[in-house]
Amino acid sequence: MSKKTLIPIGPYHPLQEEPELFKLYCEGEIVKDIKWETGYNHRGIEKLSESKTYEQIFFLVERICGICSNSHPFAFANAVEEIADIEITNRAKYIRSIIGELERIHSHLLWVGLAGHFLGYNTVFMWAWKYREPVLDLFEMISGNRNSYAMFKVGGVRRDIEDIKVPVIRKVLDDIKKKTDLLTGAVMDDPVIHARTKGVGILTKQDIIDYGAVGPTARASGVAIDVRKDDPYAAYPLVNWKVITAEAGDVFAKAEVRLLEMYESISIIEQCLQGLNKEKEGDIAIKVKEIPEGIGNGRAEAPRGEVFHFVQSDGSNSPVRHKIRAPSYVNIATFKKSCIGQTIADATISLAAVDPCYCCTERMAVAYDLESGIKLMNANELINESVRRTNELKKTS
Amino acid sequence: MNIESIIEKFKAKFNSDILETVMKNQKRIIITMRSDSIINVATYLFKTAGFRFIIASALHTKKGFEIHYHFSKDSIGLILNIHVILDKDNPQIESLSNMFNASNWIEREMHELLGINFLNHPNQEKLISEGNWAEGIYPLRKEFK
Repeated sequence: MSKKTLIPIGPYHPLQEEPELFKLYCEGEIVKDIKWETGYNHRGIEKLSESKTYEQIFFLVERICGICSNSHPFAFANAVEEIADIEITNRAKYIRSIIGELERIHSHLLWVGLAGHFLGYNTVFMWAWKYREPVLDLFEMISGNRNSYAMFKVGGVRRDIEDIKVPVIRKVLDDIKKKTDLLTGAVMDDPVIHARTKGVGILTKQDIIDYGAVGPTARASGVAIDVRKDDPYAAYPLVNWKVITAEAGDVFAKAEVRLLEMYESISIIEQCLQGLNKEKEGDIAIKVKEIPEGIGNGRAEAPRGEVFHFVQSDGSNSPVRHKIRAPSYVNIATFKKSCIGQTIADATISLAAVDPCYCCTERMAVAYDLESGIKLMNANELINESVRRTNELKKTS
Repeated sequence: MNIESIIEKFKAKFNSDILETVMKNQKRIIITMRSDSIINVATYLFKTAGFRFIIASALHTKKGFEIHYHFSKDSIGLILNIHVILDKDNPQIESLSNMFNASNWIEREMHELLGINFLNHPNQEKLISEGNWAEGIYPLRKEFK
C-alpha cells in the first residue's frame, strides 16, 4: 500500500486570513483525497436571529461576511418583504442595486488581488487592492462605513444617495473601468498565468449540477445561473445587462468571469444612477407596521453566488426559524472534484478559485508525517511551493 | 415551460402523496408531502424536471420536526419548497445524498443541530462541532409546554 502524507492548509488560512482546515492527503506531490473541517468558532447566528427583532437582524446578518457584508441583508430583506408582501419604491430599488454592484466590484478586485498573491504575482495583489480602495471610500461617503454599511431595512433603505454624491460615484467608476482594462489585459495575456491556471481545478457542468454550486463558480463551467436574472429583485429587472459565462470550468475561466462581470456591474450602476435621477421625488423607504405569519424564501446574488435566506414568521416581531445558506457552503464542497489528482502547488490556487469565504477564527496546525511523526511543512512553506512553481514557469517561458 | 404546467405535472405524478399545496405567488410554492415520498419526489425534480437543490431548512415545532427542501427552477425563477413533517419522538427520513452531493453537508448539519436521522446517508458525521459538543444535545431543539 502506498504511503499518504497529510498536509493541512489551515486552521487559519495563511493568505485569505480566514479560518478553515483543509486536510490534503497526498502521495508524493499529488493530492489523493481532501477533507474539510470547520466550525471552530461557530457563531450560532441562526439561533441568535430567533431572539432578535426583524430590524435588529439586519445588523446581525450583515456580520456573517466581512467582505460582501451587504449580500445577507439583501437576501433577508427579500425574504421578509415576501412574507409581508411589500413592494418597495423604485428609488429604494435603485439604491439597493447600486450598493449590491459596488460590493461586487470591490469583492472581485479583492479576489483578483488574492489570486495574484497565491500565484506569486504580488504586483497584481498590490494593484488590485489599490484600485479597490476608492470603492470603499465611496461606501464611506454613502453610508458612513467602509464595510458593514447598515443600508438596508424592511421596506427600503436607511440612507439616500443625494445628487451631490452622484458625480463622485461616476468619477470613481470611470477610473475603475480603466484600471479593470489594465488588470484584464495583464491577467488575460500573461503566458505564465495561463500556464498556472488553464486546465487547473476543472469543474465540469455535471459537477456543478451535482454539488449545486452557484455564482461565478457555476458560470465559469457554462451553467448560466444568476439570481439577478432568473428571479429578479431590486432594480435588476429595470436595467440592461448580461450574464457572463465561460465554458472551460478551470481557474482561468473563473478569473475571466469575475473580471468581465465587473464591467457589467459598472454598467448597472451607471443605469441605476440615471434611474435615481428620474425618481427624484421617490421615498427611500415605506412604513412597515408588522410582519404577518408566513414563510419567505429570499435570495440575492452575492459576489460569490446565490445567498439564500429562509424565514418563517408566526406574526410576532422575531422569526420562528431563520435558515441562512451562504454560497461558499455549496461551492467549497466542490473541492473534492477540483483538487484531487493535482499537485499541491496547484491545489492552493484551486482552493482559492471559488473565492471561498470561511469566517471566524481557527487554531494553528502543522503537517506531520502520519507514520513517523516528523514535521513536514508549514503554511509558509506551502505558499513558497506555489510561488516556486510560478517562478520556474517564468524562467522557462 | 410555465409554472402552471410544471405544477400540474407534479400533482398528477404525486397526487396521493400531497397533503397540502400553498401557492404564495407565481414564483414561490410550498407543497406539504408525506415524508416517505421524498426519494421519489427528489428524483423526479432533480433528474427529470431539471430543478436545482438549493438547501434544506429544518425546524422544531409543536407538530414535530419539519423540513423544507428548497428546490429552484432557475429558468423561470421558481422556488419549490417540499415540506415534510417528521415524527416528534423518532425523526427520520431517507437521505438524498446518494443522489446528489449538494445535500450531503446540510443533512449532516440537520442531524447535528436537531437530531434528525438521515437513513442511508453515506457519512453522517458531525459537520460543525466535531469534538467540542456533547452527544445527544441538539442546539436547535425547542421545549414546548
